Amino acid sequence: MKRHDIQLDQEGRLRHFLTIEGLKKQMLLDILDNAENFTSVGNQQVKKVPLLRGKTIANLFFEASTRTRTTFELAAKRMSADVLNININTSATTKGESLLDMLRNLEAMQVDMFVVRHKTSGAAHFIAQHVAPHISVINAGDGSHAHPTQAMLDMFTIRRYKQDFTKLTVAIVGDIMHSRVARSQIHALNTLGVPEIRVIGPQTIIPNEAAQLGVHVYHDMHQGIQNADVVIMLRLQRERMEGALLPSEHEYFNMFGLTEEKLKLAKPDAIVMHPGPINRGVEIESSVADGPQSVILEQVTYGIAVRMAVMSMVLGRSSLTENQGSQTDAN
Amino acid sequence: MTERQQSQDLDTPALLDTLSSDLRLLLKSRNIENPMMIGIHTGGAWVAEELHKNLAIKQPLGTLNITFYRDDFTRIGMHPQVQPSNLPFNIDDQHIVLVDDVLHTGRTIRAALNEIFDYGRPASVSLAVLVERGCHELPISADVAAAQITLDKNQHIKLSRDEHNALSLSIAEAK
Repeated sequence: MKRHDIQLDQEGRLRHFLTIEGLKKQMLLDILDNAENFTSVGNQQVKKVPLLRGKTIANLFFEASTRTRTTFELAAKRMSADVLNININTSATTKGESLLDMLRNLEAMQVDMFVVRHKTSGAAHFIAQHVAPHISVINAGDGSHAHPTQAMLDMFTIRRYKQDFTKLTVAIVGDIMHSRVARSQIHALNTLGVPEIRVIGPQTIIPNEAAQLGVHVYHDMHQGIQNADVVIMLRLQRERMEGALLPSEHEYFNMFGLTEEKLKLAKPDAIVMHPGPINRGVEIESSVADGPQSVILEQVTYGIAVRMAVMSMVLGRSSLTENQGSQTDAN
Repeated sequence: MTERQQSQDLDTPALLDTLSSDLRLLLKSRNIENPMMIGIHTGGAWVAEELHKNLAIKQPLGTLNITFYRDDFTRIGMHPQVQPSNLPFNIDDQHIVLVDDVLHTGRTIRAALNEIFDYGRPASVSLAVLVERGCHELPISADVAAAQITLDKNQHIKLSRDEHNALSLSIAEAK
């Protein structure tokens, strides 16, 4: 069985959300359309809808995260779900309890969904294979493999500013090798029909198989960024670097850091994106991060709506199966 | 509200005129001079567009997408929907006219009321619908309805809009 097949139920609906790979274009568009509707919840005086009342969602973050964890938590709470934040460092796994034993215990507490972040590639997938049938798993980042909700919020942001995916040139700059974000973005951009995807970075941190993903590889930022509609900067992942792949942060900034000067080579209305957290002066100049073309903070806001969309699609489906056959009239 | 329309061929423009004048009378009787109108996606929003124009309401038109407030989410799941809710005004202490195309079980209106109250605390909410069909399942009825139609359980009434924005109601047998 292929890795991504487990994501869909027999009717082809989203059961888990582990990777963009293998999902059809229509599924990605459904996520974006649903997210569009959820943006209105943030405008309400009471920023809460009763959609997931009575559902329990456990955030299992085996790796540090602020933005992703809090936006997942906010998304769940804005849909009235109950949220458990399991702090793994202080939890029983450090007392020797196995991961599967911990999952069984959470299942016994009638949790409906696990949101999983783990440093090992394939971790969310492993958990999805072992949970009880009624439980859904959302991958909030696994090793250098995938970060599908981040990719979808990036697609949402691009669609908000650029509308038509099929006319775009998107440049992804930086540490592609260690980036689950880049991998998921590339799959999503390809699926949505973006004709020109470029990855830009030093040879040492662009994986050899990059070209097979349908992207153009550039080692010179000045060339790579030419006429781009969207420039996505990636964080230099110091904590994931093993060995000396880069000479120095200073040199990296000189060659691949996004400055106002280099941004002029992109289209005049190009948008600048970054999944965060940003390293000012390492991969992006402060004046660009805070500049008029930056949509970095919009990405954060849209991330809540996109996570609401994914969680509601997955949980709506699971209860559907339980109640099959009953229908209620509208109006 | 009398039984104005019983036949299957519904004269939708005439119903819209009736609804406009009935609503005008209702607002007058309640001394509401500057109401805010909210249409429920999708059919209710279309009817609200017409009423908003006919009554020359000054406040912009609001729309509600009640998907997130439905009571049958766990049965029908999530479907990519029309458009988000858009209430371009502060509803605190305002008189709201809520508009839908068909009032049937009352569940949509229950959901819409819940959503409205998450935006603020209106002074009042009146309900205007093009058609009231029987089978209420909640203690909700319309303040104005252009027609009351009794339909069998297996019949559906549907509002559609053509490329010239003309509305038409049709009744169909369910499969």
